[in-house]
Amino acid sequence: MNGSPYTLRGNNSVTLVMLKVLAALIPGVIAHVWLFGPGIIVSLILCSAFALGFESFILLMRGIPQKPFLTDGSVLVTACLLALALPTLAPWWLYLTGVFFAVVVAKHLYGGLGQNLFNPAMVGYSALIVSFPVYMTQWAAPLGVAHTVPTLWEAIDLVFAGAGAISPDAYTSATALDTWKTQVRLGKDAAEILGQPLFGWAGGRGQEIVALMYLLGGLTLVANRVTTWHVPFAFLAGIAATAGVLQVLEPAQHAGPLFHLFSGGAMLGAFFIATDPVTAAGTPRGKLIYAGLAGFLTVIIRAYGGYPDGVAFAVLLMNVAVPFIDAYTQPRVFGHKHGGKRGQA
Amino acid sequence: MKRKLHGFNGGVHPEDHKSVSNTTPIAQMPLLPRYVVSLRQHIGTPARPLVQAGDTVLRGQMIGAAEGYVSTAVHAPTSGRVLEVAQHEVPHPSGLTDLCVVIEADGLDQSVEFQPLDWRQLDPSALRNRIRDMGLAGLGGAVFPSFIKLNPEGHGIDTLILNGAECEPWITCDDRLMRERAAEILEGAAMMSHMLGCREVLIGIEDNKPEAIAALRAVAPAGIQIITVPTLYPSGGGKQLTYILTGRETPTGGRSTDIGVQVFNVGTAYALYRALALGEPMLSRVVTVTGHVARPGNFEVRLGTPVADLLQAAGGALPGCHGKLVGGPMMGFDLEDNAAPLTKAVNCIIAKHPALFPARPPAMPCIRCGACARACPASLQPFEMYWFARAKDFGKAQTYDLFDCIECGCCSYVCPSHIPLVDFYRFAKSEIWERERQKQDADQARVRHEFKAFRLEREKQEKAEKLAAKVAENKARDAAAAAGASTTASADPEAERKKAILQAALERAKKAKESVIPQNTDNLPSTAEKQIADIEARRAQAGVAAPTDAPPTES
Repeated sequence: MNGSPYTLRGNNSVTLVMLKVLAALIPGVIAHVWLFGPGIIVSLILCSAFALGFESFILLMRGIPQKPFLTDGSVLVTACLLALALPTLAPWWLYLTGVFFAVVVAKHLYGGLGQNLFNPAMVGYSALIVSFPVYMTQWAAPLGVAHTVPTLWEAIDLVFAGAGAISPDAYTSATALDTWKTQVRLGKDAAEILGQPLFGWAGGRGQEIVALMYLLGGLTLVANRVTTWHVPFAFLAGIAATAGVLQVLEPAQHAGPLFHLFSGGAMLGAFFIATDPVTAAGTPRGKLIYAGLAGFLTVIIRAYGGYPDGVAFAVLLMNVAVPFIDAYTQPRVFGHKHGGKRGQA
Repeated sequence: MKRKLHGFNGGVHPEDHKSVSNTTPIAQMPLLPRYVVSLRQHIGTPARPLVQAGDTVLRGQMIGAAEGYVSTAVHAPTSGRVLEVAQHEVPHPSGLTDLCVVIEADGLDQSVEFQPLDWRQLDPSALRNRIRDMGLAGLGGAVFPSFIKLNPEGHGIDTLILNGAECEPWITCDDRLMRERAAEILEGAAMMSHMLGCREVLIGIEDNKPEAIAALRAVAPAGIQIITVPTLYPSGGGKQLTYILTGRETPTGGRSTDIGVQVFNVGTAYALYRALALGEPMLSRVVTVTGHVARPGNFEVRLGTPVADLLQAAGGALPGCHGKLVGGPMMGFDLEDNAAPLTKAVNCIIAKHPALFPARPPAMPCIRCGACARACPASLQPFEMYWFARAKDFGKAQTYDLFDCIECGCCSYVCPSHIPLVDFYRFAKSEIWERERQKQDADQARVRHEFKAFRLEREKQEKAEKLAAKVAENKARDAAAAAGASTTASADPEAERKKAILQAALERAKKAKESVIPQNTDNLPSTAEKQIADIEARRAQAGVAAPTDAPPTES
């Protein structure tokens, strides 16, 4: 059989794609360390180690060669995204459980790399927030809210020894989204809530800087063509538009677009999670629909749902719709009159 | 003047490696002692051999005649003796053999007399017959017989495009030809335009060939536009270049003539010039020999030259060479046998070396990154087609427009998982063709079976009726004899009997006429139609109706 092409693009591999994604996370991680202390390093390393362990074990069980699949970088991306989505300073078994759901359940039980229907990191996150809601609301407090951030050793101590050694309350607080939700329920009005020290110029104090760094890192992914503009743009536009409409309708109840864009997992979701090519829509128009609706659902879940943030559930819900969206949004093929619906044999 | 160019989706920029072979002029190959001329030089039916072992031939003598419509003639590359007409290795991806004429050169290189034509005075239809006997086929890769493409009837072709894009890396034969024989190419273009009756003649060349562009511009007459197009593989694809230059998309399953455009390679225009202005049939072509060889360059090579001799002319492959490619690295194929001879389809031979062509890394799973879709010049979704081809869900692959894939290789080139995507599409296409063929075979077998069943039934009825007629005849005779004995003889009994038989026959014929039902007799060859007509006649005679569950007509 003909084997052409005999020449391939250089410096091109799955590993390289994954490394570019990891590199784009670095500004956000640095900002996090600067503002919240080195706790994030502990959870990143812990999640990565657990993930590599699970991956290796499952590869062994499935009889798949270790080297190419452990070095493809995909499991590290999953682990790091999960770590960044989880609170730092949580007990180690929380990370272990999350990684188990992400790597073993969401990835390998669905067939491994490239086969999973759901975003693995978001499956891990969702399993945890449903199972352990209390741990999932204790986030490291930024400087300015807490008087001090934990040192690296204190962070390690907290993660492994738990609350028995040092009270984590000294370092943790609810997130801005969480606070917003409880305060609105208490009947406080928007301006009053935003005046609290937990809130910064856009989203949660400190968190907004981290979000800004994710935005910058994410833009390098678009510039390097690791991802296209469609998903981040539509996701953020979906959030901004929905938040804008809600704010106009009920100004006392809802924060504005800026707050929603720079709080919780919005920026991380827009550039690193919703863009996961395996679980996102594949066609240009499909990506706009998929990510736009994910953004819409994010704000709806934040505003009316039981959980403070909605990125994970919004992405998972839209993952379900991807095959359907793709089938109906096929681009027009050269020499054809129409694009659109395909796949009906 | 500035012409608005149209960009197609995607495309890639592989390293072009053109300078390896495009710095030296086209060299003439020395006369060889032996040539192996394949009778399948073109798409369609191979030529019918006109010579046999022992015949002497002259250079330019027709040794294979066009057979059927899509076919063209084949000629002797030099004078000498025919050694054999036999199966021989040919450069084809399948590595199969084909019928070839092996000629032992006598060293004299005597030609038949070439007769130049005053083509401006000749009727295009006469020119086309001439071109068919001159063996002209497209030199861009598809080797479609040129005389067919030069027939404008029923198409309304307004634009002629000469393809000088040469977008495949490494290949420079068109580049050198345009630099060195610009005037002849333009003359060939004028001949094409004359035959097609075009309003506009465009020559598209990628901007990495400034010397060729300058050479053509220097001699181009007012009616011919030389257009620079951005270097982007596969700009030289027929559909892609047509779109770049005219903004017209060749409809799926159609040809560029459907949108009023005809496309020829610049090499074909040059060959047409030689055929009409010099009267010389297609005996040679320019071939690039490049890659890991001592003296890369371009050679004017007689058709039938074994690849091994051509490589020798380029100084031979250097140590470390691990095989040769026919064509470019994006769409070419591995040469199985160095003894295989050059055909009109071969534009380039590349000697491979691991440093130039590293082995493809092991494939990883598809991560749906979409790089293939962004690179696809046909705007397909290659990763979707890949899933279906891999799962052998060929019907689904077809609904994702598998057959719009031109196998340019852009998707495989950009795939971060190093999946040999095009191999999957080739596999799926061949499987679909095979199933289509099997279905046709099955349909034909079914029709034959039904016909046989019908025939047996009819013969049974015919026998029964003959028997009944005989019985009736005997009865009538007995009755007549009895009547004769009684001597009443009121009427002629013989006449009475004949009248009764005639009446019965008439009634049967009437009944048969009423019960004739439609048959699946569309699109049958004339012999089959005649057969059916015979059967129908016999059936009418016998008064038997066709089977009521007639096979459905082909849909």
